[in-house]
Amino acid sequence: MEKKQTPLSYLSFSAFAWVVGLLIFFPIFWMVLTSFKTELEAVSIPPSFISFDWTLENYAEVQERSNYFKFAMNSVILAVGSTLVGLVFAVTCAWAMAFNPTKRTKDALLWMLSTKMMPPVGVLVPIYLVFRDWGLLDTRFGLIMVLFLMNLPIMVWMLYTYFKEIPTDILEAARMDGATLPKEIIFVLLPMALPGIASTMLLNVILAWNEAFWTLNLTTSDAAPLTAFIASYSSPEGLFWAKLSAASTLAVAPILVIGWFSQKQLVRGLTFGAVK
Amino acid sequence: MKRVMGAALCALLAGGVAFTAHAETKLTIATVNNGDMIRMQKLTDDFTSKNPDISLEWVTLEENTLRQRVTTDIATKGGQYDIMTIGTYEVPIWAEKGWLAPLDNLGDDYDVDDLMPAIRSAVSKDDTLYAAPFYGESSMMMYRKDLFDKAGITIDGRLTWDKTLEIAEKLHDPDNGVYGICLRGKAGWGENMALVTTMGNAYGARLFDEEWKPTFDGPEWKAALDMYTNILGNYGPPGATSNGFNENLSLFNSGKCGMWIDATVAASFVTNPKESKVADQVAFTEAPCAVTCTGANWLWAWNLGIPMGSQKVDAAQKFISWATSKAYLELVASKEGWANVPPGTRMSLYENPKYLDAAPFADETLLAIDSADPINSTLKPKPYVGVQFAAIPEFQGIGTTVGQQFSAALAGQMTVEQALSAAQASTDRTMRKAGYY
Repeated sequence: MEKKQTPLSYLSFSAFAWVVGLLIFFPIFWMVLTSFKTELEAVSIPPSFISFDWTLENYAEVQERSNYFKFAMNSVILAVGSTLVGLVFAVTCAWAMAFNPTKRTKDALLWMLSTKMMPPVGVLVPIYLVFRDWGLLDTRFGLIMVLFLMNLPIMVWMLYTYFKEIPTDILEAARMDGATLPKEIIFVLLPMALPGIASTMLLNVILAWNEAFWTLNLTTSDAAPLTAFIASYSSPEGLFWAKLSAASTLAVAPILVIGWFSQKQLVRGLTFGAVK
Repeated sequence: MKRVMGAALCALLAGGVAFTAHAETKLTIATVNNGDMIRMQKLTDDFTSKNPDISLEWVTLEENTLRQRVTTDIATKGGQYDIMTIGTYEVPIWAEKGWLAPLDNLGDDYDVDDLMPAIRSAVSKDDTLYAAPFYGESSMMMYRKDLFDKAGITIDGRLTWDKTLEIAEKLHDPDNGVYGICLRGKAGWGENMALVTTMGNAYGARLFDEEWKPTFDGPEWKAALDMYTNILGNYGPPGATSNGFNENLSLFNSGKCGMWIDATVAASFVTNPKESKVADQVAFTEAPCAVTCTGANWLWAWNLGIPMGSQKVDAAQKFISWATSKAYLELVASKEGWANVPPGTRMSLYENPKYLDAAPFADETLLAIDSADPINSTLKPKPYVGVQFAAIPEFQGIGTTVGQQFSAALAGQMTVEQALSAAQASTDRTMRKAGYY
């Protein structure tokens, strides 16, 4: 029997949700605020909240020192490219695992996930050597391959979960009507799993956008994305928080905007299986 | 038809040759983000206008990322960088491994003899430069004249750590937001270990004996670590275990430190009114001694080196020669003022009255760098090169582990004896594994 929610419990849940939300948002808010301070104000103790001399000098310096749009364009290409390539492989893998499982499907899924548990630095040198020998260092193509392979287990897992929710009968009916395998996937399976695919894509874009190990170690300038842009503003000797905050704000702005506009889709996709 | 094709091929080849002759050499330079390096990036028009056939691509990275990135690249001969910014820790190790190209063509007017002897020896092997110093630093004490005057303290000669402890006690006034002394407490081979090793040197300690055995179980290290935990634990700011260079710089610039012992380059930050609230109240003196002054202050330099196997050695040497020359110092002075020239590499800078006028910290910086000797930095003989580090590949790991144990002692999570015993055991294990004995 469903319990009726009292106004008090509603209020406490709302208050709790707000507190958690604000706690999560606070670092981003503080970063944006710091980007408008001078270096001295950024580290002053006690920190000033609103009453400081607001300045745009950090943004001006970041613009002067770095080609932001080049880094941002690389981030977009890497995130979108690795997601699209990953999707092609993940959809076919997930289809096979969800609708034509074998005795070893569960083991294969677990094994795929276990590759995410290995620290990336453990394979840095071998991958670096492969990239060097194949001429892939500092290329977008090489990095798209690494990012797509890195996120493939998560994509397969997510899509597998969504595909499992789709009744096999519908696919069988399509086959009875003469649909070939590609048509079955493209015209029957994909439209039904669209929310799941959308959220998988969005999550993968975010993961690829934020990836900072391979993007820093396999690029120098031509393929360097926004992670390299941010890394260039941390200083071993000297104050740097305000400029770093300005660079970080510029780096997260596009993904924040995308996340804001697609939050409904993202939440719907992520809870797709749970609410069935 | 054959004739037409032949002519076209010739034209293509000729065009190719002509294109090659005018092709631009692009140098990719990996560097850290600090004021002097950023200034150099802004001034590179001067270099490219004199060398129109060379273009520059800068890759600026955070120090630890840079170290990991360039080490991977040079060890695997990745060839991603033509010039690398490396520290005095890497230069002797990489030169020994044959990873760096010798800098033997820096030009007739480079004046290599003008380089400070200590810095020059730190980046040379068999009298050949393997990297050129861009800026150098030692360590010294920065202190608040106003607080010293108020407390009636005068400095007569070089301070000892015991005297420094007394002064810290007098200046310590946490109720009014002033702490007696600020020192590095953050764990790391380039963080707290840089300072604690110089303290160890001053107390007569060394990292390894002549047989490469660690010496953390000796009475000298005990005395040094007792002093470190006592002075910083009792008269330092709260949460000192999180403080590195930048955190202490913020504290000092906010007027919260009576004394601060750290890199000489900090002097230009703490005397800059745009960055420091106490810019006009700062004075400088040498780092304290204890039983000896040998090795009581460190030596570090950021240098420009060329990875072995680079296809652009000539162009890279041209750039390095430009960036580390006397003419470059004058260029910076003409554009940004004498106070902003990269310090600590050339003796002529410290004979220049314009620089001495603009930089009130010049004499102490020179004194500190001159007195630091990476070969003879301990009272007892030692097998390694380096004042605050040992230039062996294992030191990064050792320094970080030992730094964590010292930081734990500072935080009160273990006693000084326990920290030293753990440091001795872990270092002994590493050195045995590495085959030193």
